[in-house]
Amino acid sequence: MQPILSLRDVSYSYHNLKGETPALSHINLQIPEGSFVAVVGPSGCGKSTLLSIIAGLLAPEEGEILYRGLSAKDYCADSALRIGYMLQRDHLFEWRTVYQNVILGLELTHSLTKENTDYILKLLEDYGLYGFKDKKPSELSGGMRQRAALIRTMAVHPDLLLLDEPFSALDFQTRLSVSADIAGIIRQTKKTALLITHDLSEAITLADRVVVLSRRPAGVKREMAIHYEIGREDPLAVRGTAAYQEYFNQLWEVLTDGKTSA
Amino acid sequence: MVRHPHKAPPPVSARQESFLRAHHRHHHKIALGRVFLLLLFLGLWETAAGLGWIDRFFFSSPSGILKYLGQMFADRSFFAHTGVTLFETIASFILVTVLSLLAATLLWYQNSLSEILEPYLVVLNALPKSALAPLLIVWLGTGTNTIIVAGISVAVFGSIISLYTGFCQVDPEMCKLIYTLGGSRRDALTKVILPSSVPLILSSMKVNIGLSLVGVIIGEFLAARRGLGYLIIYGSQVFQLNMVITSIIILCAIAMVFYKLIQSAEHYYKKKY
Repeated sequence: MQPILSLRDVSYSYHNLKGETPALSHINLQIPEGSFVAVVGPSGCGKSTLLSIIAGLLAPEEGEILYRGLSAKDYCADSALRIGYMLQRDHLFEWRTVYQNVILGLELTHSLTKENTDYILKLLEDYGLYGFKDKKPSELSGGMRQRAALIRTMAVHPDLLLLDEPFSALDFQTRLSVSADIAGIIRQTKKTALLITHDLSEAITLADRVVVLSRRPAGVKREMAIHYEIGREDPLAVRGTAAYQEYFNQLWEVLTDGKTSA
Repeated sequence: MVRHPHKAPPPVSARQESFLRAHHRHHHKIALGRVFLLLLFLGLWETAAGLGWIDRFFFSSPSGILKYLGQMFADRSFFAHTGVTLFETIASFILVTVLSLLAATLLWYQNSLSEILEPYLVVLNALPKSALAPLLIVWLGTGTNTIIVAGISVAVFGSIISLYTGFCQVDPEMCKLIYTLGGSRRDALTKVILPSSVPLILSSMKVNIGLSLVGVIIGEFLAARRGLGYLIIYGSQVFQLNMVITSIIILCAIAMVFYKLIQSAEHYYKKKY
């Protein structure tokens, strides 16, 4: 399958007067269209830097990124090829209602058409937020806030979603249900997703493929395809299978090997 | 548990009710305390002046002030002087607010500009503005313009610094969100920085109104023929201490009214968001 996103030899370093901190070193990655890829790695290894580069917020110092065959400069300029980016915290603005928050992307790209706002109202209805659309974000629960943030991301019709630990601010119980919820939505809409997480079980329950990054400067250490006989409809059931346990152990081994060798 | 004697179920529990009662009692106590303190002060002052503990000529007295106020109302000088001071204060307050918002926005927009200007702003802020007053008189003459500029000069630099610092403290992740959604730096300013800084802007307005009043009074001391500052300086020169103290009391009242106005703007904002 033609990859929707491919990274070739991407490197990036942070600079300050004290010196250079290499964050990414020669990352090669292919993301097939419609796949759900999770990226795991030791904390502080440059996972968020990777997403910022893919989203075009940072320019790679070396290497190249192609999104639907276009380089970063071209796809950032093309509003039809927008990449959706969900940040760690929802950052719903307290001075806007839930509805005003979710239309933010449309407002910024000057595409507040009837068609687009109808789509947003439909999303609000689908995700159980329609009754809360005129409320303030602080009146929403953690899970609802995350769903609102997802709608805000989806509103601009991205076909690639970058998820930067979007569930890490939630408590454990909410996290399980919200992550299952959001993964389900992404699968239903056939979006391609790249999820960054430090939670191994989250990675192997949600993703079709897990990419393990090494310690800083991060490189791709291992790629693992994840497949369950019982399918993905019920992420909680997936957690009970033998395959899940097997994947977890494999992943754990890959990660800890890195620790002892470093 | 204590139950209400009447049959209908009470809308609030007994404990909640006693909490509310205690809360109101506390507030009444505070308000009463404030009024009592004022009356005690006025009473002591009046008695001390009446019994000759202090010299009426130098220290005036509440009754003297009332009499003088009545006289000011009668010859309409109250409206002239208070009006001039009010006008100058409001004009410089509005200009300070607009100028400092514009300047802080520009500094946030242009990082290198803010780095270049930082030491100048700090020095200008620390400079005693009364030192500028004689210069302003030479440049602008004596009159309303000089006084408004004096009012601006006292408040504007501090206001720029505090607004700019506040703008820089807005969570950069919020701006990142704007960029990920395809927004520009200008969008970050109008959608994030300014709306999230409304409480900061209101609190800086609270400071500005006080400082503008300070600047206006300094200006009137040196370069005016009308206004409360002029009355104070004139009164002290001709040993009309009634005039001086009455003007000070009017200033207190003005400060309080301004403060209440901005406070109610704050309340309005809090209720809305």
